[in-house]
Amino acid sequence: MKKRMLLVIALLSLVLIAATGCGSEEKQTLNVLNYDIYIDKSLLSEFEKANDVKIKYDTYATPEEMYIKAKAGASNYDLIISSEYMVERMINEGMVNKLNYDNIPNYKYIDETFKNQPYDPENKYAVPYFWGTLGILYNKNTVDASSKSWEMLWDQNHEKRIIMMDSQRDAFAAALKLLGYSLNTVNEDELDEAKALLIKQRPLVMAYITDGAPEIMIAEEADMALVWSGEAVSAMAENENLDFVIPKEGSNIWIDAMFVPSNAKNQEMAEKFIDFLCSTEATLKDIDEVGYSTVQTEALKQVDEELLNNHAFNIPKEDIDKMEMFRDPKEFIDLYTQRWTEIMAE
Amino acid sequence: MVRKYLSKIYMGLIYIFLYAPIIVLVVFSFNESKSRANWTGFSLKWYVELFKDTDIRSAFYYTITIALIAAVVSTVLGTVAAIGINSLNGKIKSLLLNINYLPVVNPDIVTGISLMILFISFNVTFGFKTMLISHIVFNTPYVILSVMPKLKQLDANMTEAAMDLGATPMYALRKVIIPEIKPGIINGFLMAFTMSIDDFIISYFTKGEGVTNLSIVIYSMARRGVRPTINALSTIMLTSVLLLMILINKRSNDSEKSKKTIKSEV
Repeated sequence: MKKRMLLVIALLSLVLIAATGCGSEEKQTLNVLNYDIYIDKSLLSEFEKANDVKIKYDTYATPEEMYIKAKAGASNYDLIISSEYMVERMINEGMVNKLNYDNIPNYKYIDETFKNQPYDPENKYAVPYFWGTLGILYNKNTVDASSKSWEMLWDQNHEKRIIMMDSQRDAFAAALKLLGYSLNTVNEDELDEAKALLIKQRPLVMAYITDGAPEIMIAEEADMALVWSGEAVSAMAENENLDFVIPKEGSNIWIDAMFVPSNAKNQEMAEKFIDFLCSTEATLKDIDEVGYSTVQTEALKQVDEELLNNHAFNIPKEDIDKMEMFRDPKEFIDLYTQRWTEIMAE
Repeated sequence: MVRKYLSKIYMGLIYIFLYAPIIVLVVFSFNESKSRANWTGFSLKWYVELFKDTDIRSAFYYTITIALIAAVVSTVLGTVAAIGINSLNGKIKSLLLNINYLPVVNPDIVTGISLMILFISFNVTFGFKTMLISHIVFNTPYVILSVMPKLKQLDANMTEAAMDLGATPMYALRKVIIPEIKPGIINGFLMAFTMSIDDFIISYFTKGEGVTNLSIVIYSMARRGVRPTINALSTIMLTSVLLLMILINKRSNDSEKSKKTIKSEV
């Protein structure tokens, strides 16, 4: 009996430790869904105070999960931040509301480069939030990056010191770009060439991993890694021997965008929040937290010099021009999956 | 002699294998840097951050509250159901037991999605209550499974004897059956509690806006790397469980000792 009591008391005290002030008055609420570590949290309370609204903020891991719940009608968000391919899919399926730009005056700060993108050609539905690209994170002391080419990842001198992403589209992007092809190709011959290249690279690769590459690079256990630009920014802040290069053959570009799903209950407040996130002050705070490149022109002028000179963050215009966005290959995705399985089976 | 050493080494290896990940997690909760690779110095920074992080705190609150309520409710439901099933005979009994196995072997994702569809079709708004109901749903079969063996061990004549001696059925239940199957009930409760803390998929599909549990929060972090605050939180949870176990063990040892001394005195 005493044992059980003890157990219950201990568990109850755990609850008390966790107890948060959950006193909710009947206020307007704004339900926001975002990736994790993708906003400066202080902005939420700042917006809550300024607009007398309660924000319910949730995070999710992959766009696919978010889509399943939204499609089934099991989620009630007023504002969602997600990746461009998923935004495109949801727009095509009529799951996104058109925006009223009268409520988003700060839209003028968004860089023209990121407007009129293929996922939302007329900017009717989504406002860009952050963007990033694929590149090579390398150790300056051991790697010669003067070639500025994807070829670096095929350098025999770094046998078993190269880390690749365990992600078929990303790995194929490096090989296809090195060959001078589009990273959205559905030409089987081009894909076979890329496959041969990736098989040739296998003996050089230390590991194929999805996350954790920056950690290994920081510990200097590898010389090179295929990473996203934001990962490079945070890794370079931890270890000054690291540097980042976007190969001259071109790379991928992705944009995360904010949109109002069609079942939103509070569209006007959501638009106000979008506007707030597009303001220069909010963007500057977000940049510190997020680490990816900003789409906000005024904020870019005001970031500290160190970040401004970091070419994983402030990516030169000529590099952007050579970038290509992943498009949904629809049924052709099998061509990639099949070859990727073969590469992994070698 | 060699064999003795070998068996000790083998034991040691097994324990290292089991505990190394936990030790690494605890050690890195005191690391100053965000990195999981570099040890840059001792600091309590992540514990301070943890208490400042309202997201993790509210997720922790929901995790524990839901786990507790769900475990209590499903323990009551499951125990009563088990007693009922046990008193049945023949085909109906095996049929009911098999139906009870179904949710256990059913993949979580199927349970999660079917619950989600059920809630949608009944127009229930997603939130705390949907998540709680789902947790009770998947916990109950486990309680039944852990209470059943104890009931089988129970001598059927015991209840009859109690009632022959004038106990009402309720009195017999409270004074005879429950005390006999108590270890099974406690087991079931603990199992339900841990299953509930552990669950990700079912919670994900049945949660509502603003209500998340720890596993969902941690899983969302995977994209950008898990924050060391989670190490800190896990360390705190681990220490509380450890302390609890030590206390319980000490108590039961003490009571056994006192029983023994009483016996020897007699």
